[in-house]
Amino acid sequence: MRTDLAVIGAGPAGLAAALAADRRGLRVALVDAAPEPGGQFYRQPAAGLRAERPQALHHQWRTWVGLRDRLATSSVRVLSEHHVWCVERTPDGPAVHALLGPEQEKPAEVRATAVLLATGGYETVLPFPGWTLPGVVTAGGAQAMLKGGLVVPGRTAVVAGTGPLLLPVATGLAAAGVRVAALVESADPGRLLRHAGALAGKLPEGAGYAARLLRHRVPFLARHTVVRAHGDTRLTGVTVAALDAHGRVRPGTERRLPCDTLAVSHGMLPHTDLAESLGCRLDGLTVAVDAEQRTDVPGVWAAGEATGVGGAALALAEGHIAGRSIAARLRGTVPDPGEWAPAARARARMRGYAAALDAAYAPPAHWTDRVTDDTVVCRCEEVTAGTVREALALGAGDARTVKLLTRAGMGWCQGRMCEPAVAGLAGCEPAPSRRPFARPVPLGVLAEQHEQHTERGPS
Amino acid sequence: MSEPLTCDVVVVGAGMTGAACALYAARAGLAVTVVDRGPVAGGTTGAGEGNLLVSDKAPGPELELALLSNRLWAQVAQELGRPVEYEAKGGLVVAENPETLDGLRRFADTQRAAGVTADPVPADRLHDLEPRLAPGLAGGVRYPQDAQVMPALAAAHLLRASGARLLTGREVTRVLRTADGAVRGVRTDRGDLHAPAVVNAAGTWGGELAARAGVSLPVLPRRGFVLVTEPLPPRVRHKVYAADYVADVASDSAALQTSPVVEGTAAGPVLIGASRERVGFDRSLSLPAVRALAAGATRLFPFLSGVRALRAYAGFRPYLPDHLPAIGPDPRAPGLFHACGHEGAGIGLATGTGLLIAQALTGGTPELDLTPFRPDRFPRTTKEAEQ
Repeated sequence: MRTDLAVIGAGPAGLAAALAADRRGLRVALVDAAPEPGGQFYRQPAAGLRAERPQALHHQWRTWVGLRDRLATSSVRVLSEHHVWCVERTPDGPAVHALLGPEQEKPAEVRATAVLLATGGYETVLPFPGWTLPGVVTAGGAQAMLKGGLVVPGRTAVVAGTGPLLLPVATGLAAAGVRVAALVESADPGRLLRHAGALAGKLPEGAGYAARLLRHRVPFLARHTVVRAHGDTRLTGVTVAALDAHGRVRPGTERRLPCDTLAVSHGMLPHTDLAESLGCRLDGLTVAVDAEQRTDVPGVWAAGEATGVGGAALALAEGHIAGRSIAARLRGTVPDPGEWAPAARARARMRGYAAALDAAYAPPAHWTDRVTDDTVVCRCEEVTAGTVREALALGAGDARTVKLLTRAGMGWCQGRMCEPAVAGLAGCEPAPSRRPFARPVPLGVLAEQHEQHTERGPS
Repeated sequence: MSEPLTCDVVVVGAGMTGAACALYAARAGLAVTVVDRGPVAGGTTGAGEGNLLVSDKAPGPELELALLSNRLWAQVAQELGRPVEYEAKGGLVVAENPETLDGLRRFADTQRAAGVTADPVPADRLHDLEPRLAPGLAGGVRYPQDAQVMPALAAAHLLRASGARLLTGREVTRVLRTADGAVRGVRTDRGDLHAPAVVNAAGTWGGELAARAGVSLPVLPRRGFVLVTEPLPPRVRHKVYAADYVADVASDSAALQTSPVVEGTAAGPVLIGASRERVGFDRSLSLPAVRALAAGATRLFPFLSGVRALRAYAGFRPYLPDHLPAIGPDPRAPGLFHACGHEGAGIGLATGTGLLIAQALTGGTPELDLTPFRPDRFPRTTKEAEQ
């Protein structure tokens, strides 16, 4: 199909952009892998579950209802269960290549004049002994189970790691009836206070979480970490320990907490695969954009977590600005930023929060010391920390060479899970890795496209 | 900062070729230092499939080098054991129609005369060798000498076995020469290394390194993509590719064109490689190249249609205008030796190259005549002519 704007990702950024562009007369296709729009933040229970009060699990429910209702009355074409594997630059504009349905076998192509990458982010989990046991889930995964399936992952949970996601996950699990034995945060809450100025607007939200933790009697262990997860066939408990100012375990502080679920998270990383294969410039690990959310590739905009992890409110503001910019640019006019001044102010404020949170939350400096040689680092290829260390001894100086020598990151997930861990073990900063296919694509689909393109003949 | 003369030879490049040069030079009794601006196997070595092929080579100097390397690889693999993932799996070249088969067989006859083992396989026996091949093929030729290694692991383990001193993350900014032109070491971004001999095993960067020694060597990059599938149980046993024999009767010249090489790996994924494009150092994904690879592979093995590609990666083959590598001493700069420009065959040709370089370094008689590989065989550039 052909459209003016293809928005990839139907989370907050994509929804806001699609609605803003639709209101200004563009033909918009909203492409998303899930059965329903909403993304991870506004993930919806399947209709078949007949949830009576899905809002109980959500923040900003009213914002979502507003977006949902506007989407229903808009002309935006929602292409759900479209798994995008590549966006190709062609002489007639970007071509979005997707695979359809739960099996992801049937190809679909959307040709557009402009494309917005609202591809969101994904969770980082760093390895520790026992982290591959059944019962250990990502914090975001636990939240998705609650929001999407209305199921709780277990009876007694520990929520651990670092970052602002841990609070809503701990309170969400507690509200759903799970006993939360502890919220284990490796960062120092004192560091948050240092950024109190930037975070002033976030304080009521933080206070709300604190009150809910209290109400559900969830012990908050700051500057603590999970040293090891225990269990033979599945999780039976964790050992937690206090950290000193340098991020090392304080001897003698280890204690065991019985639990059947460990929800763990060490932050978020942006999804940049599509941007990279399009040739967009990256700024560190995020897609670089200008004040209008334009990338440096003509016809390609980006918004939301892909341009910097900062939460749903920031994504909404960025998406709104992107949608208005695209509408103006596709009409051949130069947009007036004054028209979106409130959104721009919100964006500036939220980026300030994000920077402050980012500075406060970080995995402890010496986390790699606690990764034993027999700990699996790459789960797809079953590569242990010991094997990674051997590769470093063989002359691998960076994550890419470790990957070549050990196969860490070469499996199904293409290193999305293990890359931060491998970079940490190699002692280098995580760098964006090239993933030409944003998801696996059947060779038959590629071969068929070859036939089609060859038949068209030289142009 | 300057270092005293601590080694006999500096090898520039910690890829497969540099590793093999280091190994054979060390075995010849030389003290070797290997220096690379990146990590081990960071260039073309880390971007290839690890083909050790004789099947795709016409009789001539490259085939002789391939046969020598092939024998040496078998020895090295025996010494180093499993870590290099050497597999003497053999190659199978198939023909889709009788005309192509005819051409392939004649090509194989010439190879056989040059010492290659090439066994004709009739159409009705192809599926004994490769049960999942497409039906209706005209026949093929089996090459038992074709083999495979995991190139990055092979380079790392050869370097370790050589005992050479390894300096990574260190760029050679200049090859140092005495007043009378002889090489006396290299200058790096972190100090000088003094040695009477320097080996240029810098791969695609070999032309630049030659320039830093004051000589010209026209090494150019030729991009290739490799497609990697999801891990599968063993389904493709050989290195399999189709021959499209294009005979130009009028000019009496003949060229063998090939479709992508399809092969299984010890780790499970099937590798499909590789395309050839002259596009400079552009690493971005070329969907047309990747689609052509997929089309070629699924034509040979229809079951691959339903198999998923997990990734594709680009590499740059270093090639010289006549498609032969530069191996041996450079008469323009005494003490400078070249071992680069192997195009897409560098892993396969590495061991032979390493041995020839070691023989040249120690003044021995090289196993092969180095004349076709002379580094100064190309016309001088205008700049050099002016000098």
